[in-house]
Amino acid sequence: MKRKICILAASATLGTAQAAMAQTEVEFWHAFTGRLGELVAEQVDTFNASQSDYTVVASHKGNYSETLNAGIAAFRAGEQPDILMVFEVGTATMMAAEGAVKPVHEVMAAAGADFDQSKYIGSVKGYYTSPDGNMLSLPFNSSTPVLWVNRDKLNEAGIDSDTDLSTWENVGAVLDELKAAGVDCPLTTAWQSWVHLENFSAYHNTPFATKENGFAGTDTELAFNGPAQVTHIGAMGDWARDGKFIYAGRRNEGGANFRAGECAFFTESSAGYAGISSEAEFDFEVHPLPYWEALVSAPQNTIIGGASLWVMEGQGDEEYKGVAAYLNFLSSPEIQAKWHQDTGYLPITAEAGELTKSQGFYEANPGTDVAVIQMTANEPTANSKGLRLGSFDQIRGIIDEELEAVWSGDKDAQAALDSAVERGNVLLRRFEQATR
Amino acid sequence: MEKRVKFKGLWLPILLVLPQFLITAIFFFYPAGQAIWQSLFIPDPFGLSMQWVGLGNFEFLLADRYYRASFLTTAVFSILVTVVSMGVALYLAVLADRLVKGSGTYRTLLIWPYAVAPAVAGVLWLFMFNTRVGVVTWYLGLLGYDWNHVLNEGEAMGLVVVASAWGRISYNFLFFLAGLQAIPRSVIEAAAIDGAHFWTRFRTIVFPLLSPTTFFLLVVNIIYSFFETFGVIHTITSGGPQQATTILVYKVYADGFVGQDLGSSAAQSVILLAIVSLLTVIQFKYIERRVHY
Repeated sequence: MKRKICILAASATLGTAQAAMAQTEVEFWHAFTGRLGELVAEQVDTFNASQSDYTVVASHKGNYSETLNAGIAAFRAGEQPDILMVFEVGTATMMAAEGAVKPVHEVMAAAGADFDQSKYIGSVKGYYTSPDGNMLSLPFNSSTPVLWVNRDKLNEAGIDSDTDLSTWENVGAVLDELKAAGVDCPLTTAWQSWVHLENFSAYHNTPFATKENGFAGTDTELAFNGPAQVTHIGAMGDWARDGKFIYAGRRNEGGANFRAGECAFFTESSAGYAGISSEAEFDFEVHPLPYWEALVSAPQNTIIGGASLWVMEGQGDEEYKGVAAYLNFLSSPEIQAKWHQDTGYLPITAEAGELTKSQGFYEANPGTDVAVIQMTANEPTANSKGLRLGSFDQIRGIIDEELEAVWSGDKDAQAALDSAVERGNVLLRRFEQATR
Repeated sequence: MEKRVKFKGLWLPILLVLPQFLITAIFFFYPAGQAIWQSLFIPDPFGLSMQWVGLGNFEFLLADRYYRASFLTTAVFSILVTVVSMGVALYLAVLADRLVKGSGTYRTLLIWPYAVAPAVAGVLWLFMFNTRVGVVTWYLGLLGYDWNHVLNEGEAMGLVVVASAWGRISYNFLFFLAGLQAIPRSVIEAAAIDGAHFWTRFRTIVFPLLSPTTFFLLVVNIIYSFFETFGVIHTITSGGPQQATTILVYKVYADGFVGQDLGSSAAQSVILLAIVSLLTVIQFKYIERRVHY
């Protein structure tokens, strides 16, 4: 985006010293509509009103995939925005695009902006940092999967709704009871690969892929066909065949079933809070994601989903100063705390979390801090820092296909995961070749 | 004696052909050439670098058994869509042709579905067959049938075929009806006087005389089912369950726009282009011979 200079006609004719008042425009492309779109617009308006040097112009460019494609097409045409929102699975694509993106830490340093990377929550920023610990993009909206529980459904089935649901062993026993009591939908899920393989692996401190889940190089190979994952997917497959786990679709189709009060358990993003709290006409509760006691004595941390903001190359210094100012504004505790409370997304800085706590939000809205605690309970390991895999959106598609084969009983867990790994590796090799 | 118009000089004919030539060149040859050119490279998504791989993209694709399987899926899907949409349309057209009263209303109502965009049609059918709230699913449940196209491959294929064929029936109906009405009444009456029943008349007179229309619709419908059904597949199944409804054109989209693998995507477009050209040549060379104009 070229610098736009607004010349005030009046002052020009007067020929005063302040003949021209320059306001640098910063273009920001995002993927939010509806309530989230309104909240983004509100942030932009607040920023624009707070200072007079820069104007942020936000544009909606479709869903996550469409926004990424719009950014890529614009870059090819030399008309890229300053800031582009990219979902977490596009991270490797953006990182590999050296010459198309400008790492956030460099933008901040070049602009001379105040930027303390240690303020950001490790497990949130970890997804977007380079191997030497520098932030490449700024996390914008991040969430993590949790277990949503319909307490009324448990009570109706004669199960103590305060029963311990911290392990899959316990959840499995409750599923048996629910099924026996005639519940049609004991468990359903959204985003099966994200929850039951990606987060499952991090949570059980097991690699999803070699080379630190791809953080240490594009010559990574998928590794989610290990015994831990096979145990979990195998158990889920058994539950699916017994009618205890109801598969509703590849995205968050299961959410409709849960919100309508049909399902007892639902594994879904913590950001599902807004939808569930507004629609559910039953007593619901947020629990940490269960873990297998047989596999680990205590869970590691879960990883995030969502999007981050990437700064594109090819703009002028003034614009980058504007970008730095805007990113700093977004990171400020007040703005972050508000975003966290309005949307259910995780705060990106510890300060924003503290502020939310001191404002009494967690007490007034029980369960909203479960995700924060689950994410930050432990310092992330190489297995739980995140994933950085090329073509990952497509690999998720392959995982969806193979998992469907398990749910329908066509394949056992080991065969399906082996096949997914083999097919995914082909795409990783192609990505490696394309970005060499 | 055949009568031909001859132009004097060279410039006038060139000038007259030029607009058509320019349109074809800009909107067909240029993009097709670009696709062929890009299919020889593995580019990175941002266009920062390109690696020459020759026919590497084609080797990669044809070595992939899931890609090869998608040919079969496409064939099954296209044949089903074509047969269902043309069969039903012909049946309705024959009925409408016999109508004396109210045929105008009947025709108008039948044409409506054509105005519905494929993606919207997909959403409508998805609503009816939604595994949780769908009306049809509910009735099937009463009959003891557990409809679940989310996991059942056959049901998913059936659903996308019906959703794709539905809007097409109107279009085919119009052409069939026009074709039927163009058949001289005297021929049919003569056959009737000779004692031919409806079915004999249809088989020996009507259907052969309708063959130009049928042939035209066959070509158009196959091309439709190859390319324009993307919206239906995308909204209803996204190619699943497993790969049951991943037709070739859906894979072009998935690789190009989801995977940002432009080399593979371009190579697939070239393969699609070759298949459709080949099919059209076959249709004109062999099937058209059996058409009576």
